[in-house]
Amino acid sequence: MFKLEKKDAILLLIVALMLIFAPFILNPFPENSGLAQFNAGYPDLMQRFVFFGIFAIGFNILFGLTGYLSFGHAIFLGVGSYAAIWVMKLLTMNILLAIIVAIIISGLAALVIGWISLRRSGIYFSIITLAFAMMSFALAYSVLTPITGGETGLQPKVTDPRILDSALLAGDTPKANLFGLDMTATYNWQVGDWVFTFNVGYYVAAILMFLCFYLSIRIFSSPFGMMLRAIKSNQQRMNYSGLNSKPYTLAAFVISGMYAGLAGGLMVAMDTQVGPERMFWTASGEVVVMTILGGAGTLVGPFLGAGLIKYMENIISKINVGVLHDWFYWLPDWLENFVVTIIYPFVGKGWNLTLGVIFMLVVIFIPGGLVEGIRRIINWFVKRKNISASREITDSDNMQQAGEIQQAGEEAASRGKNNG
Amino acid sequence: MSKNKNDVSRRKVLKGAAAGLITAGVAPTIFTKGAWAQEYRNEPKGSSVVLGFNVPQTGPYADEGADELRAYKLAVEHLNGEGDGGMLNTFSSKALKGNGILGKKVEYVTGDTQTKSDAARASARSMIEKDGAIMITGGSSSGVAVAVQALCQEAGVIFMAGLTHSNDTTGKDRKANGFRHFFNSYMTGAALAPVLKNAYGADRKAFHLTADYNWGYTTEEAVRTSTEAIGWETVGTILTPLTQTDFSSYIAQVLQSDADVLVLNHYGGNMVNSLTNAVQFGLRDRVVNGKQFEIVVPLYSRLMAKGAGENVKGIFGSTNWHWSLQDEGSKAFVKSFGTKYGFPPSQAAHTCYVQAILYADAVERAGTFNPCGVVEALEGFDFDGLGNGPTHYRAEDHQCFKDVLVVKGKENPESEFDLLEIVEVTPVDQVIYPPNHPMFGGDDVSLVGACNTGV
Repeated sequence: MFKLEKKDAILLLIVALMLIFAPFILNPFPENSGLAQFNAGYPDLMQRFVFFGIFAIGFNILFGLTGYLSFGHAIFLGVGSYAAIWVMKLLTMNILLAIIVAIIISGLAALVIGWISLRRSGIYFSIITLAFAMMSFALAYSVLTPITGGETGLQPKVTDPRILDSALLAGDTPKANLFGLDMTATYNWQVGDWVFTFNVGYYVAAILMFLCFYLSIRIFSSPFGMMLRAIKSNQQRMNYSGLNSKPYTLAAFVISGMYAGLAGGLMVAMDTQVGPERMFWTASGEVVVMTILGGAGTLVGPFLGAGLIKYMENIISKINVGVLHDWFYWLPDWLENFVVTIIYPFVGKGWNLTLGVIFMLVVIFIPGGLVEGIRRIINWFVKRKNISASREITDSDNMQQAGEIQQAGEEAASRGKNNG
Repeated sequence: MSKNKNDVSRRKVLKGAAAGLITAGVAPTIFTKGAWAQEYRNEPKGSSVVLGFNVPQTGPYADEGADELRAYKLAVEHLNGEGDGGMLNTFSSKALKGNGILGKKVEYVTGDTQTKSDAARASARSMIEKDGAIMITGGSSSGVAVAVQALCQEAGVIFMAGLTHSNDTTGKDRKANGFRHFFNSYMTGAALAPVLKNAYGADRKAFHLTADYNWGYTTEEAVRTSTEAIGWETVGTILTPLTQTDFSSYIAQVLQSDADVLVLNHYGGNMVNSLTNAVQFGLRDRVVNGKQFEIVVPLYSRLMAKGAGENVKGIFGSTNWHWSLQDEGSKAFVKSFGTKYGFPPSQAAHTCYVQAILYADAVERAGTFNPCGVVEALEGFDFDGLGNGPTHYRAEDHQCFKDVLVVKGKENPESEFDLLEIVEVTPVDQVIYPPNHPMFGGDDVSLVGACNTGV
């Protein structure tokens, strides 16, 4: 399907199903139960999963394939957002134009910044991009206040010109739309105790995310993707063999910048406001963490990493002392207080701590990220099934084999001793 | 690479497009249907109502955020009829009965703004969309206040701003669903100028160090305009980066000028560092043009005064409220806050407590949680007994008008909380301005516009 390998097609299908059924997958707990705290199926968070999914998938094209670690990717997220909001202020509230302009402008920004910073590789490249990130934030926060709105950012106002839109009715506020379809329109479907939320903005973003993911698969499996991988494995050898690798890295940089611009444009389309913190250097660091956490260089990993981080940030951070006491009220008082004291530093405002611990565990034990973790689990199940199926037949063989291995081991050991 | 036969054919594309068009045509009607089930966004149907407290729990203003949250918890207790009732007893409006709001028990959810507008909007949206919050309140910076206020306008819930001092919040970024009790840069300038004239004379040369962001700009503009009106001359201004921690290079430039007053338009950690640097450079012992050199800090808070320690002694500034005020409302609030937490509340805690009470009272008087009803009840509302004397919520821009406190760092503090003393209470008449004042967007900005119920 769609010119894909079978394995990739299955992956694409899984992602499509996840995107379509997200309102169900993310709201597994009934509305009034205590576990509803963990439900993530509300429009804002679902949209955020998608924005940062796109952002991380794009970042992965640069980092996962070429190995160039950019610490300034949030610049393009911000540039895309500012471009989109200006389109909304000056031209039209239709998000299509805003998103297209966001992608183009951030692509241009990526071209300039990439052209400069790709003159170096490795740590120097990372530092240059980091410098750009800090510079851009400072520009947006203070120097360019007339263009960016500074600290308070930009929002569409009733008084903006918007030359392509018809005049607003009295008392109406400008609303982001796609040919009249309001992005904030939401339908709540109540089934028994469960409530599932379907939001227009989310599905629009999800369609774009699907396209982005498809494009990323195609890039991964294309000759271009192969060149990028070659750059990662040994750029010097490529250069010595007479190949100029710069156009490839620059192309990858621009493509991932455009992904970021799309994510930024979408953020504005779904929530019409931009603030400069969006391009703060920690935001650039966050996407690095997302990608590594999920699995750099894998197709679906960055998306999973983005989802996990945004889930922690929005759900775990809201568990406060009161909620914890509600959970453990059935314990004796002293034990309740003890348990709450132990858990509290890791939830609520301490969500970063939990994230840090998870990140360390992932990097130490499954360096391939969540994707590798999932793969290991699947392999383990598959292996166990195979073993139990073949155990009866090969039992005697195994015994024999084990004996042989032991013998071989002993021989090796004695040889080692002799040598020593 | 590709070994697939199922290429996209024209027929399939057409079929897909047709299906897409039908969905697009049907979708709007499906999606808007649900919204009409409620009369307004998050209408409380059960026996309780949820308020959203959106305060900085991490980041540079985490201390203030923690104090705001303490105040909100206290307000919720008082609204639900627990505790000693605090300022409910001194409040001029007697609509609240201590049985929740409109008989519904008050519950709350909290969020972390991180003092970032994106994070603040995300947590506010989660409280509105997931937890069904009917009102959002809190915050400790103007960037966040403006961002969340716009969000609440779009979503159709009420926003009661926390600590935000920038003119923009009720100036060019004012919204119908947003309200501010805190004072602003303009009021600071207007209140400080006469006091400065009395203390330091009318013939002074001022130098401004200004934090390089919106709040810094508006504060500098306000202070400069009002001090120039009393005859001062502004001899220089420097914009300092927000992340700056060492201000000595800027202080050196002040030393080289012939300025005899330094105005520090800084807040939080910035102010603590710049003031400390200025004092270390011996500015306060300097004599220029035959006059003693002076330092002014337009916006003071107790937490900042604590950070700057000894250095604040004798330095003028303004504040929204101070716990040493002796009116009945302030005394009642300090007492119940002190009993619960063991120390006096900050101005951030005070404004947040008052905002929560004012919202509850407006709902009670309107008889509905409908945002438009609440807006109507709050617009032009006159009240007293909440610590700032007689106060007026102006209908045109949703800004509270009340007396402004001019304070001075105390020479002999008696405790770690007793750092500021009130020099003068500038009456409201001196700090009032028309809604279309140039610093507040002028005539270009429409009035607050129409309220939004979110359906």
